[in-house]
Amino acid sequence: MIKKILFLYLILLPINAFALIEVDITRGNLNPLPVAVSPLSIDENSRLSFKKILDREDIGSEISLIVENNLRTSGLFNPLSKDAFLQAPDIANLKPRFEDWNLIKAQALITGKVSYINDKLRVEFRLWDVLAAKEMMALAFTTVPTNWRRVGHIISDKVYQRLTGEKGYFDTRIIYVAEEGPKTQRIKKLAIMDQDGFNNKFLTLGNELVLTPRFNPTSQIITYLSYFKNMPRVYLLDIETGTQEVVGDFPGMTFAPRFSPNGKKIIMSFAKDGKSDIYTMDLENRIVERITNHPSIDTSPSYSPDGKFITFNSDRSGYQQIYVMRNDGSDVKRISFGNGLYGTPVWSPRGDLIAFTKLHKGKFYIGVMRSDGSGERLLTENYYQEAPSWSPNGRVLIFYRETKTNAKGEGFSAKLWSIDLTGYNERLIKTPTDASDPSWSSLLSN
Amino acid sequence: MHGLLIFITAMSLPFLAKKPLDIPPVVSVELIQIAEKTNIPFAPKAKKIIEKVKDKEKKLVSEQAPPKKVEKTKTKTVLSPDTNNKKIENETPEAIPLPEKTVKKIETKEEKKQNPEKVDEKVKQVSEFEKKDLFDPNNIAALIDKSKEESAEVLKKNKDITQDQNKNIENTGLTLSEEDALKAQIFGCWSIPLGLPYNENLLVRIKLKLKPDGSVTKTEILDHARMNKPGQGFYKVLAESALRAVKLCQPLRVPTSGYERWKELQLNFDAREMLEG
Repeated sequence: MIKKILFLYLILLPINAFALIEVDITRGNLNPLPVAVSPLSIDENSRLSFKKILDREDIGSEISLIVENNLRTSGLFNPLSKDAFLQAPDIANLKPRFEDWNLIKAQALITGKVSYINDKLRVEFRLWDVLAAKEMMALAFTTVPTNWRRVGHIISDKVYQRLTGEKGYFDTRIIYVAEEGPKTQRIKKLAIMDQDGFNNKFLTLGNELVLTPRFNPTSQIITYLSYFKNMPRVYLLDIETGTQEVVGDFPGMTFAPRFSPNGKKIIMSFAKDGKSDIYTMDLENRIVERITNHPSIDTSPSYSPDGKFITFNSDRSGYQQIYVMRNDGSDVKRISFGNGLYGTPVWSPRGDLIAFTKLHKGKFYIGVMRSDGSGERLLTENYYQEAPSWSPNGRVLIFYRETKTNAKGEGFSAKLWSIDLTGYNERLIKTPTDASDPSWSSLLSN
Repeated sequence: MHGLLIFITAMSLPFLAKKPLDIPPVVSVELIQIAEKTNIPFAPKAKKIIEKVKDKEKKLVSEQAPPKKVEKTKTKTVLSPDTNNKKIENETPEAIPLPEKTVKKIETKEEKKQNPEKVDEKVKQVSEFEKKDLFDPNNIAALIDKSKEESAEVLKKNKDITQDQNKNIENTGLTLSEEDALKAQIFGCWSIPLGLPYNENLLVRIKLKLKPDGSVTKTEILDHARMNKPGQGFYKVLAESALRAVKLCQPLRVPTSGYERWKELQLNFDAREMLEG
């Protein structure tokens, strides 16, 4: 009897079951994700302590503003207006009323708490998925109170990474050449600032001309060119200790020193006999090695992130174009074939793209192409702009642009700009003086 | 005695059978200490450590010869970015370094040609041209929504044609127009995380249980185990974005009839096409 029932059941089973319908979703929107950044709550005692130490009225709100500003400038998030928030910061941090946040169309919510414990700043923050009504991340940081801006940047990086799957780039600094005075008597100083333009500081006094500062990708050391008795010298400068050393005193012209990805070597070009070739210098034993040997002008070398390849520009085809070769100088391949001249190639830290400056019909473009030369995309166009430098996650480029300051075409101003890979999110980075030759650091904390 | 046993069993069993309380997963708070200085190791040292680990069997070449120290000099011109840095304050500034003999000389001649960082100055032109159309979120939306509008137009046209066909189609799947309506709706709700790699196999399959009005009663990620595996961070981000899309789109635009057909649906979220774009 049981066997019969089982048999019947097995026969009837397929009739009941419908095949599961599958729908492929292959498109979505690239709109910035709406996110609510609630002011970080702060108790009265802590607020007064921080007011005394940092001279800031409400450090909780200010940190949340840093986070909000970072997320907005990334172009991937749309921080919602705080006026629409219904829940008080302290209660939201304990248990958000997700319906309220849903109502203002927030998909993610950031809450937190700031306190003053044992002379230290302690910041706790939580990231909530509003639609799923659950906590996605909770972290707490303690540091010296003066580091409060960095805490804001670190929170931004954590949120960015949790929501996009990619590392952030907010807890970083930018080194650049600060310029003042008329074009014929320009004073150039090395300057450093946070990536959002705050904490600007000058590192040199402007006695000597400084050029092309570049960050070591693995530390807070920079290399740059400076002129001493009209001779270019390559310097190393440790930003954290202020220690400076000369790595090379080269007769003739040296251009564009840049670190290898592991920070052990410097790659640059030297000019000799009317031609220019690419050399590397080992920073430990100071051995100089010649990489290219061609009667053309080879300049602007930049390593791939794995250190196996080098991209550079050369006029060996008659016009300045971008080439890629192995790190020993073999297997040289031209990768740029578009109209115009190509220069300043920089390999993305992600390894997939090479950024460049292109000059065509009197206009300058900042663009990217794949490392095999395919998929060229021009991101921004202007009358004079160059020297792109990648954010550590390979999503944003910073460069400088020169413009005339009035409608008659008089005056002259150089400023730093950033653009992301979409080509839409272009922003001016405020600097107290004119600025050129920016270089982006790696993340200050991992 | 037996009665008592039965009584106890009857009383306690339902409690055992009861589902555990639905407590949301607790995310532990990770404490991070931020030093006054950055904690990035000095590169050559870090590199050595990595090499040590990697090439255990190989001889450690880099360890044999300690790096030749070139005389370091502090200069007046360098100001510390960190005003709290006592180290720097205590040190007396010295003169600007002179060319050291330890520095290896390379014979190169003066050269007049081309500066690598500057493209021909003659061609330099200037204008007050400033890009006015800076980033505008709505702008992106407009660009991306074009495809949506286009598909919507096609969809409209298709509807007229397919309505008659509906009767003939077997009740096993959605008609083209029904599928397009649903797709178009979810395309609008799904914010694709832009940082994902496009060359990895990232496909999120979600099984839905639906009510006749299109509201979702249950969502289930079919490869749920992959979510919390180490190194699957991208998958997790994508899966969460897909779940958000489903929640945001409720009620789904489901056909008005044939509930039995679509009361369970599987959505396959695949962002590769968009990310590669």
